[in-house]
Amino acid sequence: MGLDFTVVPEHLDVILLGCLWTIFIAVAAALVSFFGGIIFAVIALYAPWIIRQPFRLIEWVFMGTPLLLQLFLIYFGLVQIGIDLPAFVAGIIGLGLHFAVYNSELIQTAILSVDKGQMEAARTVGLSRGQALRKVVIPQAVRDVIPPIGNNMIALLKDSALVSVIGVSELTLSAQRAIGATYRPFEFYLVAAAFYYVINLCMEWVQRRIERRIAISR
Amino acid sequence: MTDTEHFVEIKHAQKSFGKLEVLKDISLNVARGQIVAIIGPSGSGKSTLLRAINDLDALTGGEIWLDGVQVNRDLPYRQYEKHINQMRQDIGMVFQHFNLFPHMTARDNVTMAPKLLKGLSKAEADALAEEQLDKVGMLERIDYYPSQLSGGQKQRVAIARALAMKPKLMLFDEATSALDPELVDEVNQVMKKLAEEHMTMIIVTHEMDFAASVCDRVLFMDKGVVVEEGPPSVVFKNPTKDRTREFLRKHLAGAK
Ligand SMILES: Nc1ncnc2c1ncn2[C@@H]1O[C@H](COP(=O)(O)OP(=O)(O)OP(=O)(O)O)[C@@H](O)[C@H]1O
Ligand SMILES: [Mg+2]
Repeated sequence: MGLDFTVVPEHLDVILLGCLWTIFIAVAAALVSFFGGIIFAVIALYAPWIIRQPFRLIEWVFMGTPLLLQLFLIYFGLVQIGIDLPAFVAGIIGLGLHFAVYNSELIQTAILSVDKGQMEAARTVGLSRGQALRKVVIPQAVRDVIPPIGNNMIALLKDSALVSVIGVSELTLSAQRAIGATYRPFEFYLVAAAFYYVINLCMEWVQRRIERRIAISR
Repeated sequence: MTDTEHFVEIKHAQKSFGKLEVLKDISLNVARGQIVAIIGPSGSGKSTLLRAINDLDALTGGEIWLDGVQVNRDLPYRQYEKHINQMRQDIGMVFQHFNLFPHMTARDNVTMAPKLLKGLSKAEADALAEEQLDKVGMLERIDYYPSQLSGGQKQRVAIARALAMKPKLMLFDEATSALDPELVDEVNQVMKKLAEEHMTMIIVTHEMDFAASVCDRVLFMDKGVVVEEGPPSVVFKNPTKDRTREFLRKHLAGAK
């Protein structure tokens, strides 16, 4: 039996809704991972030892264990200690923190490679170290790592399919539901793949725009 | 009460990096409105002395005073940070490599600190940026990023950035050394203009002609000590120390 895409339109609303969920979760998790990455990087580089240690533990957990396990831990594990998060929130936090750890590594290296004259110039006009980091060093560090952070965000988009395992009806799970109703796995997985591809293109487009805008200010 | 004769006072400045003693008991007074040039061979400690004045490099001994206030006061860490951030607002510094903020336009380079530290409104900040950039002849480039400017233009913006904090003292560390020769003059002109406005300045430089033309006093440093100091007419024309003579001879020969 060949491919038959005529079954698709009937289930397109489910797929589109799943697509919206995927976009929402990916964007929200990307924001968490971006700002979380900056915060983690600053803590790793500048916080006192006593604050650094718990964050090193978090970092170790998010880098050294599978994302799938992390999602289970946040969704099913936290309930046990009274934190009952909606599945999509757990998904956003899990994905966000997972990639925040990777972004933090990039941002730490970038902060350390900002020319030392920048911090000095900021200090000589009277900024405190914190102000100098916020206004001068971190913005430059972040600019320097937009391309690799962009790569992480594309990985994040793909890994967002994992939140289906905690029951969030994102694109992959929606495709599975459609397959359950039609027994047409090939068609619906291809449709889902096409949607991922389009979202991916959009993300690359946004990234290129950002890169072009900041090229002048480096 | 401010003592105009002892506007900037360096008392027995001593600085070591580990075992390396870079400044050995240096004392210096600069009167309000005076312009002092510091010359000397590479590694003699000129930059270190300049950087000690605003505590970028903390002294290991001695005191720095500006307008009756000790810069390197002995205070607990947090209080000292507050104190030094305040003091630095009064001390403008210009670097050899400009150190402009590349992610900000000329306007934002000039107004970032005043906005943050003095709470200027947007209108006040814009007026300040225009005033300071006009002074250094960079008003037309107010919305350019550093990457769009020549070295001389960058340095002029950097001077405007320092002036925007309305400092009492300006420090220049080889402000023109990184510039192509044809761009040196535009920066020197700006410094001359500041001199005419009686800005107190300490200038580390390798340009003897410029030093001779704007400075009230020249300090020749070697190996962490002040070997000779006096008016440019004496230090450049009739130095009393052999080491000064030697340095000037080599330097002038090298410059040709
Ligand atoms: N952060 C530092 N750590 C260790 N040694 C340093 C440091 N900064 C400067 N020095 C040393 O202190 C000495 C004086 O350096 P300084 O930069 O003050 O010289 P300078 O007179 O400005 O020289 P130049 O004309 O080359 O700029 C040099 O031997 C230098 O290697
Ligand atoms: Mg130097």
